[in-house]
Amino acid sequence: MFENLDLTKLIFGRLTWDAIPFHDPIILATFAVVAVGGVAMLAALTRYKLWGYLWTEWFTSIDHKKIGIMYIILGLVMLLRGFADAIMMRLQQAMAFGDNMGYLPPDHYDQIFTAHGVIMIFFVAMPLVTGIMNYLIPLQIGTRDVAFPFLNNFSFWMTAGGAALMMMSLFVGEFAKTGWLAYPPLSGILQSPGVGVDYYIWSLQIAGVGTLLSGINLLVTIVKMRAPGMSLMKMPVFTWTSLCTNVLIVAAFPVLTAVLGMLTMDRYLGTAFFTNDMGGNAMMYVNLIWIWGHPEVYILILPVFGIFSEIVATYSRKPLFGYTSMVYATVVITVLSYLVWLHHFFTMGSGASVNSFFGITTMIISIPTGAKIFNWLFTMFRGRIKFDVPMLWTVGFMVTFVIGGMTGVLLAVPPVDFVLHNSLFLIAHFHNVIIGGVLFGLFAGITYWFPKATGYKLDEFWGKMSFWFWLIGFYFAFMPLYVLGLMGVTRRVSHFEDQSLQIWFQIAAFGAVLIAVGIAAFVIQLVVSFKRREALKDETGDPWDGRTLEWSTSSPPPPYNFAFTPRVHDLDAWWQMKQHGFKRPESGFIPIHMPKGTWAGVVLSAISVACGFALIWHMWLAAAVTFVALIGTAIYHTFNYDRDYYIPAEEVERIEAERTKVLANV
Amino acid sequence: MSEHTHDHDHHEAEGPHVSLKEYVTGFVLAVILTVIPFWVVMGNVFESSTTTALVILSFMVVQIFVHMVFFLHMNFHSEGGWNMLALIFTLVLVFITLAGSLWVMISLNNNMMPGMM
Repeated sequence: MFENLDLTKLIFGRLTWDAIPFHDPIILATFAVVAVGGVAMLAALTRYKLWGYLWTEWFTSIDHKKIGIMYIILGLVMLLRGFADAIMMRLQQAMAFGDNMGYLPPDHYDQIFTAHGVIMIFFVAMPLVTGIMNYLIPLQIGTRDVAFPFLNNFSFWMTAGGAALMMMSLFVGEFAKTGWLAYPPLSGILQSPGVGVDYYIWSLQIAGVGTLLSGINLLVTIVKMRAPGMSLMKMPVFTWTSLCTNVLIVAAFPVLTAVLGMLTMDRYLGTAFFTNDMGGNAMMYVNLIWIWGHPEVYILILPVFGIFSEIVATYSRKPLFGYTSMVYATVVITVLSYLVWLHHFFTMGSGASVNSFFGITTMIISIPTGAKIFNWLFTMFRGRIKFDVPMLWTVGFMVTFVIGGMTGVLLAVPPVDFVLHNSLFLIAHFHNVIIGGVLFGLFAGITYWFPKATGYKLDEFWGKMSFWFWLIGFYFAFMPLYVLGLMGVTRRVSHFEDQSLQIWFQIAAFGAVLIAVGIAAFVIQLVVSFKRREALKDETGDPWDGRTLEWSTSSPPPPYNFAFTPRVHDLDAWWQMKQHGFKRPESGFIPIHMPKGTWAGVVLSAISVACGFALIWHMWLAAAVTFVALIGTAIYHTFNYDRDYYIPAEEVERIEAERTKVLANV
Repeated sequence: MSEHTHDHDHHEAEGPHVSLKEYVTGFVLAVILTVIPFWVVMGNVFESSTTTALVILSFMVVQIFVHMVFFLHMNFHSEGGWNMLALIFTLVLVFITLAGSLWVMISLNNNMMPGMM
């Protein structure tokens, strides 16, 4: 790389003005909207002098509650971007038949479906799941923060940094055109010489650091920091499923890091792990990435199963049916999720024995999942069910997820998979379980715990609107895809000749429009609820008559969560405390030891993004400088010994007295 | 602290019991286990390269355990058994990953590339 060293190349690498997509009116218009919106937001922040507040109270905060909320905001913002991609694809496929080529050129369409997949999994589902876990786990297990508070802030900023780098690809250069898992040889340097795959690699690597560290953090938190008396079998179900998810994260994400690392070496250094010649084997990439990829699916769905379990129990006003079986089902799924990865590539040709083994393990995994569904049904059976919005999402989930699960078992039969592999049937299946499972669960969870985080409930009417539009929109958008898949239509196609298929794509596009209304209703719900926050105020801290410890705190909880560490005697600790006439302690407070906010997370993440950008564009000088700066800053931060402080007893007493006064008026 | 730590470990609050002796033993063992594979390669000790590879790999496995015992202070009862549980889980997953990948890739080669075997 140093043969013809010239200064421009050393500084700018392969970045030139050609990298800015001036020729594409769609991107240019998007850029204009983003620029205007961004400038307006920055101006508003400056105008209302919010920078200092944001910096000290949020960006540098290591309070797990604030970090959880920031994760959720990141996930929701990225949901809008990911959905914009989705609706562009639906529009293109509804139009592009026969002579009509649609409005997206194929190379742009390819970037859109790649970006859609990457964003929805890594920057929507993961941050939302991590955010809810971050917010709730310490509250549910009765502790004041996570095990490594600074690491938590750092993890969030690395995830956000990955998202930022990925967003840059929209306006500077291009994104990968390879599909969301970037299979070689297509993603190799010969087939994809541009920066797209490099954007993919480095944004995932940076976000991956965040995910892995947050997994370790939450795992240690659950194992080591539970309130006295909370044995493993007295943990709330959501904490249990989170524990299993974090075990999966810690075990699976290093595989993704390693496999992307090898792809990086193939692209940057000329190694031959996954190349066609020199002894490389592209199939090995497919094998390895799914060893991460299948557990990843369960990383997303398990915490959501926990959310549903909490909601079903609360709104049926009964203890969860079969808690023990729920725990065992979760653990069994955790282990089995490592034994099914090959079902993603039955058609690769490993032969009948391999395919039957993985087909059978895949079918077995539906047994513990089915047990969970029955547990929820029996919890509802003879319960006094309140159909509030979270419960609507839950029931919608149960119906939708069962359909998705059944098509999944269908696909687990290898001969069937040979017919349906890479068809729209598959697309319909995984959207069926990810939207009908993960996303519905996240919306249920956000609605359920919203009053805990903000102090006011979400508006019912707009919540119901959002739910019904999402639910009906989902069926309109994806049922036609099942039909098309059975007809043999494959995924990732931007233009069709057969006019008879068009009607199905138009129905699917209509479904996407309904979902757009559902998303809009959710946003309106947030705004309306904020405006009506006085009327919707939750002063009890326990608006749904909940069962677990997070409902024993005020809404929002004080920075220290619990003035005294609660003592746990039973599963459903808070329910048991209420039954036994628990009295809040009102005196005898002592100073509380808390961790202090730090700049290091934001700065380290910013340097990582700069380093990633430099590596993508082959700006070797900048890459070296930022890398050294990254290591240097990390080392410098270790010398910061000023990391904790005490909330004085008087301050605790003041906060608690205020709550006593509020509670007396309820 | 959760209830599984009710064992008779006096050092629970300060973490695992560590001593200089332990580190030195570990270091010496690690050096020996590194030097031998080098010698095996540099001195052309074995005729066949397969034997050499197997010897190096077995030293590697022993080396991993030396690190775990002497540097990570793992044993059957540290951290109330959690360390052991985590180790077993890790070994199971590593086994699944390695054995599974080998099985998948060898079967793939047999079925799809019969001429190249």
